[in-house]
Amino acid sequence: MATTHSPAIRRYLKRLAVLMTAYMGFIFLAGYLFRHNPPQGVLAYGLAVLPALPIIGVVWTAMRLLVEETDEYMRMLFVRQNLFATGFCLTVMTVWEFLQNYDLVAPGNGGFGAVFFWFMGLGIGAVLNRRALGAGGCA
Amino acid sequence: MKNRLKVLRAENNWSQQDLADRLEVSRQSVNAIETGRYDPSLPLAFRISGIFALPIEAIFLCDPGQPLPVR
Repeated sequence: MATTHSPAIRRYLKRLAVLMTAYMGFIFLAGYLFRHNPPQGVLAYGLAVLPALPIIGVVWTAMRLLVEETDEYMRMLFVRQNLFATGFCLTVMTVWEFLQNYDLVAPGNGGFGAVFFWFMGLGIGAVLNRRALGAGGCA
Repeated sequence: MKNRLKVLRAENNWSQQDLADRLEVSRQSVNAIETGRYDPSLPLAFRISGIFALPIEAIFLCDPGQPLPVR
């Protein structure tokens, strides 16, 4: 049976599409400018932070979904998913940090920041919802 | 908590989607409540009760293995 999205989910998906498009634009712009015409001073800080803004927007979008979703069961699933993602992210980053502290893994994150693991946690959280709650648990 | 939602729905010849539309929730919600995987909030239980024109306790049944809390 086809799944129809609630208005809150449709807004979430639209916001996500806009923010991810902005992210792609900003990351290429920042990379290009830092390689070919590096800004100086405050401008450099502003440009470096620019790609982070859409990512912060994605976190805001995920939280807005919890506020705007009126279906209490779906909201419960999203809350479970977000809590799992947060716990997963904190766990991975904590373990990684200690491994780095004792020089067991290379320093730096190779481009995989906390948000990457949070997103990964959202994906795993959705799968766990489905496993725990069956066909009804399609987050 | 057990419930008679599936029986009541069948008596009215409604699909899960029909009931979901009347309750303004997703079909997944109706499915989860019906199969006992999710207990609705009191406001939603009242909405269900209103749609079937039955008291809440005629729709939702306390699990016999789970004693009622005693003060």
